[in-house]
Amino acid sequence: MTASDSPTSGLGEKIRKLTAPWKVPALAVFTAMVVGAILIAVAGGDPLAAYAGMFEGSLGSPRAVAETLVWSTPYILTGLSVALAFQGGLFNIGAEGQLALGAVAAALVGYGLPGLLGGSVPAIVHVPATILAGGVAGALWAAIPGWLKARTGAHEVISTIMLNYVALNIVSFLLNGPMKDPAPDNVIARTPLIAESASLSPILSGFRLHWGFPLALIAAALVAWMLKRTTLGFEIRTVGANPEAARYAGMKVGRTIVVSMALSGTLAGLAGAIEVSALNHRHQLGFSQGYGFDAIAIALLGKTKPAGVVPAALLFGMMRSGAPRMQFLTQIPVDVISVIQALILLFVAADVMVRRLYRLRGERERVVITRGWGS
Amino acid sequence: MDYRRYGFIAAIVVVLIGIIVKLGAAQVSPASIVASMIATTIAVATPLTLGALCGICCERAGVVNIGIEGMMLTAAFFGWFGALYISSILHVGPMTSLLLGVLIAIISGALMGLLHALLTVTFEVDQIIAGTVVNLLAMGMTGFCNRQLFFGAGSAFGGQIPRAPGTLPRIHIPILADIPFIGGMFDQQPIAFTALVLVFVAHFVLFYTQWGLRTRAVGEHPRAASAAGIDVIRVRYINIVIGGAIAGLGGAYFTLESVPSFEPLMTNGRGFIALAAMIFGNWKPIGALAAALVFGAAQAFQINLQLFRDVIPPKFTFLQQSSVVGLVPYVLTLIILTGVIGKTTPPAADGVPYDRERRS
Repeated sequence: MTASDSPTSGLGEKIRKLTAPWKVPALAVFTAMVVGAILIAVAGGDPLAAYAGMFEGSLGSPRAVAETLVWSTPYILTGLSVALAFQGGLFNIGAEGQLALGAVAAALVGYGLPGLLGGSVPAIVHVPATILAGGVAGALWAAIPGWLKARTGAHEVISTIMLNYVALNIVSFLLNGPMKDPAPDNVIARTPLIAESASLSPILSGFRLHWGFPLALIAAALVAWMLKRTTLGFEIRTVGANPEAARYAGMKVGRTIVVSMALSGTLAGLAGAIEVSALNHRHQLGFSQGYGFDAIAIALLGKTKPAGVVPAALLFGMMRSGAPRMQFLTQIPVDVISVIQALILLFVAADVMVRRLYRLRGERERVVITRGWGS
Repeated sequence: MDYRRYGFIAAIVVVLIGIIVKLGAAQVSPASIVASMIATTIAVATPLTLGALCGICCERAGVVNIGIEGMMLTAAFFGWFGALYISSILHVGPMTSLLLGVLIAIISGALMGLLHALLTVTFEVDQIIAGTVVNLLAMGMTGFCNRQLFFGAGSAFGGQIPRAPGTLPRIHIPILADIPFIGGMFDQQPIAFTALVLVFVAHFVLFYTQWGLRTRAVGEHPRAASAAGIDVIRVRYINIVIGGAIAGLGGAYFTLESVPSFEPLMTNGRGFIALAAMIFGNWKPIGALAAALVFGAAQAFQINLQLFRDVIPPKFTFLQQSSVVGLVPYVLTLIILTGVIGKTTPPAADGVPYDRERRS
């Protein structure tokens, strides 16, 4: 840049440069909403009333906004988890299982630690221990497919899918057996309530919004900083872009793969731990259905970058928190949200469709992360 | 061929059946226990076999398919809804309704296959992401339609409870079904029989016909296949749509053969076990059947265990939990992936989008 550049054209150029990459995601969301509206109309509903209800339910009152942020918290963390793995060239479909094990580990520390230490534990120790337990459990679980890939070449897509179901079966076993809530009237597969000292408190009394939300934002900032400014982040991105070049440059590719997966799992595990510590105060079977797939949609909508994942997660959180109000007002089932979210992923992934539809110029970006099972 | 793997599979099945026979010996004769185990195994292996065949169709042509679950779920819903609608609104007999339901399931599976083909072949979307789209769309659509068509404003039955046409009848093949021990194999419902037949049809088509050779060529080396005059795009499209149709038949199993009802997410991961069966069976129809049978045997083991609940020694009661036996397919597949028992070799071009203009 030279001094002769006029400030306005420089600014305009800057804005164009900043917004250009987000045109396709924004139009993908818009197109998905239009197709969703058609679906609602075909099903005999009023699309505008439905979307108005969804808007009212997600942003219409302070309570609605708070609920949106509550819903967004696990979305931010799991979205970051998948995005971080993408940066390392890895497709982590295992966020679901990592989250579930994180939740179980957090619940275990949450209700078990006082008894183990023989007395109450101060919250300043107990809350971090509970949340960290979730992160560690997620990290260890995700490190397995990383290690399998580095060691035997087993593709992480298959191994994370398989480990999801292994994790869900382990959780089901624990919640039906050793960790089952021993209360005499309990017939549900759930853990006991965690101790008061392990609970992450609400930010404002009377709202469910908790400190987990700012924690998730901090996590996003940390991931962005790590990827951009640290040697580790550079290694992760290099291995992701070209493992051969990384190996040639003297990087330990196998080790980086394991570390990428472990970090990815940490984020998913934290999501589970925060749900337990701040919201449910226990882990119950079946509460985490589907975060793993939603996280893939969020990560891709956010272009696998933390700065994109946060708004994408907020959007998904808005839909989830607004949907019940929509159903109440218009009798359109909340499930329409899942259809719209699937369509968002479809249009983000098949960006050619969006580009043709809106006559966008510019080179298409290829989102090809996987290269078959064999490699 | 993979003798070690088949030996491994046979050993697991024998051990599972042996445990049940030992536990139940006090109450029931071994012959009838074995017969019941075999019959249950084949029944529960049916959707796994069909799902795995869907995977083989797609992946032999070079397209990874993790959307089997979504294809089966979609077919399970629409096949069931179709049968229900035809029987209670159009007043057609139960048997015709069921068969038309199966047809609708197959078509809806094929349409999901078409979506996967469109995304992966035409738009060259990352194939794992395309599969994820198929799964998410299936979960959303079936959940939405289920509520909307039965309870919502647009209810198709005018607020009335529809009359379910039941499930497909059992077919008892005379003489064969009365053979001791293995007779249960010949006393099954139609989709189970069809699945077994399709395995051998798929084996024959894949390895002994021109179409099969072309499919494998496209999956191994699309550029060479193209140079030899094969239309790679067309071969991939047709294989994925046929795969979707087979998964659709697998979906029909859930709502038209197994139970006469639909629940949201009722395929419950069976599409992913099918994916595991495909890998475990080394991308071969007969191998996939063997894998589906061993995973089915694990489930049959757990079902049969419930029958002998009272005589199980206390230290083995943990086996009754579905979560313990539920681990078997996934853990076995993870072991296979590490290459400890035999090597798996996917088609060489599996997962690589084909670009007509790129030279490499």
